[in-house]
Amino acid sequence: MKYVDEYRDGKLAREIAERIRTEALPSRLYNLMEFCGGHTHAIFRYGIPDLLPDNVNMIHGPGCPVCVLPISRLDTAIELAVTHGVILCSYGDMMRVPGSRKRSLLKARAEGADVRMVYSCMDALKLAQDNPDREVVFFAIGFETTTPPTALVIHQARKLGLKNFSVFCNHVLTPAAIGSILDSPEAGELGLLKLDGFVGPAHVSTVIGSQPYERFAEEYSKPIVIAGFEPLDLLQAILMLIRQVNDGRAEVENEFSRAVTRQGNERAKQVVDETFEVRESFEWRGLGFVPLSALQIRPEFAEFDAEKRFPVEYRSSAENSACECGPILHGVKSPRDCTLFGAACTPESPLGPCMVSSEGACAAYYSYGRHQDSLIAKENA
Amino acid sequence: MTKRTEYSHALDLQNGRVEMAHGSGGKAMAQLIDELFLQAFSNPWLEQMNDQACFTLPSGRVVMATDSHVISPLFFPGGDIGSLSVHGTVNDVAMSGAVPKYLSAGFILEEGFPLADLQRIVQSMARAAEDAGVAIVTGDTKVVERGKGDGCFINTTGIGVVAEQLNLSGNRVQPGDKILLSGTLGDHGVAIMSLREGLTFDTSIESDSQSLHDLVAAMVAEVPGINCMRDPTRGGLAATLNEIAQSSGVGVTIYEANIPVKLQVSAACEFLGLDPLYVANEGKLVAFCPADKAEQLLAIMRKHPKGKEAAIIGEVTADPLKFVQMETVFGGRRMVDWISAEQLPRIC
Repeated sequence: MKYVDEYRDGKLAREIAERIRTEALPSRLYNLMEFCGGHTHAIFRYGIPDLLPDNVNMIHGPGCPVCVLPISRLDTAIELAVTHGVILCSYGDMMRVPGSRKRSLLKARAEGADVRMVYSCMDALKLAQDNPDREVVFFAIGFETTTPPTALVIHQARKLGLKNFSVFCNHVLTPAAIGSILDSPEAGELGLLKLDGFVGPAHVSTVIGSQPYERFAEEYSKPIVIAGFEPLDLLQAILMLIRQVNDGRAEVENEFSRAVTRQGNERAKQVVDETFEVRESFEWRGLGFVPLSALQIRPEFAEFDAEKRFPVEYRSSAENSACECGPILHGVKSPRDCTLFGAACTPESPLGPCMVSSEGACAAYYSYGRHQDSLIAKENA
Repeated sequence: MTKRTEYSHALDLQNGRVEMAHGSGGKAMAQLIDELFLQAFSNPWLEQMNDQACFTLPSGRVVMATDSHVISPLFFPGGDIGSLSVHGTVNDVAMSGAVPKYLSAGFILEEGFPLADLQRIVQSMARAAEDAGVAIVTGDTKVVERGKGDGCFINTTGIGVVAEQLNLSGNRVQPGDKILLSGTLGDHGVAIMSLREGLTFDTSIESDSQSLHDLVAAMVAEVPGINCMRDPTRGGLAATLNEIAQSSGVGVTIYEANIPVKLQVSAACEFLGLDPLYVANEGKLVAFCPADKAEQLLAIMRKHPKGKEAAIIGEVTADPLKFVQMETVFGGRRMVDWISAEQLPRIC
């Protein structure tokens, strides 16, 4: 496939892997966090850990929007469909995520709620046009990549004069989450996390640009390399990070220059800014409440804000106490350190956020990486 | 063929619709059977109009399989629920190495379903049965109230006969066996998905729905030592390989670079965030055979029109954990897990 296969070339991969092996100093560890779930997925799907030397560690960050959405927000979405009888439109990978009492959107649908899977928020808008006597709510989730389309759809709804369409906004902000990890006690005074650099987001960066990451390089002295989602992008970014670490540099570099500029997409940023404002605080599964980390719909568009339109109340819900997703998202622990992993917590019956979507660290590790455990067991035997 | 009685008006196959009476056991049902099913499926067993079919089977072991078809949409590029309901069951029978002989067909129709659509479906079934060399010898029709069905559901049960010396089974696969795939993955699933609500995209991909009885016959005739065959339908190749690994207590390694996938299918999967390994097929088979016979089997498959793109895609390993693993085009290795439900598109 043109423009795709070029970035999955096995021969080139072996060449970059060889350079990584040559340049990574055997005397030290390289702990690199890929922020995005898309990167986590690609790392496991293409078996990238097999190509890296033992002292280059990939730590899987919190950049999976399905994983970090708190249970209570999902419960609210289910409540909108069940109690308020709306047509609730959701992206596919949200459908199976269990909320309180293991109730998911799919289960709510089986019980009679009108839940529709959409591929685009425009489909939700179309449903509102086609069903003028029904309330239609779009369950908006995602980082900066999915925010501009949601903004556009709100503008479009106003233009069309729709009275039965609203958005349940759960859009979150990447830089805030990176800041939260770097400011966490695990990375700070506890010194549990020795993070040497970040693989920066691909699609998110096409919107926000590379500029927002500069403060992490400057204030925290962490190198960041923005990378595309293809496996060669990732390997190249890992090599670039190793070079920065070896040189003692902490810069924002852009491997994904075919799509990302320093400024990002001005038009997209503008429409987002017109439509949304930053929430004071937002709960993230695994990270807790993070200040200034999410967006809400501006008062000017209140009529399209499901939180204003329907009497929904926010209740924080508790996670399983044995769940290690917090430390895993902070990069302090790995899925195999968790006693629930693969036993009580599996992709069929996820307990923690990292297991709920194939982009989550635990799910990717379970679905694609379990054979590594058997290799380790064999080595230890 | 004689009709049971003279009906005052012929069935309106152009504008008529299925009515509750068509499943009532009365004259309306008899007319539907006479003028539609008997016309299309015409064979000596059906024409006896008994509640059962009575036949003698050639010598060998009898093989039986059943499959219910609830596909939506009913008509899709490359087939429809009628042909699919024949292919699905014929292939399930054939995977044992058997020659499929007879089918039953049970229809559950929704009140209001256009008779013209039903006729298209029934005629398509008849053609598919003829192509597969099977006779539809007994059947049943029920009608459910409007809103309680999805137009048309079809159950088919098939019977075939397998030669005594053939013994193919999911638990007979051995470490060292080679794994052969008869053609490209994911054509059926992508053809269906391209029509689903909210997801219409232009593609010339057609379902691969076809009977594999003749390909199987050619394979077992030349290489009787094949240990197992399966058609990777729902859940795709990944589900099939995991089933076999579990049944035979073995591991499986496949090579991504050897797995044939059409460019359009891989492009559709790419933008939908799906993996072709998990997408359904309706006209492909996977065969497990001893390594020393693999090249011979591959040559036979490639000579057959339904196996032109066949490839050796991997091998069976000794692995108490029964993992299915894949060497990626990228040079890494990963698990090919058995997913619990249908794949859902990823957000990013």
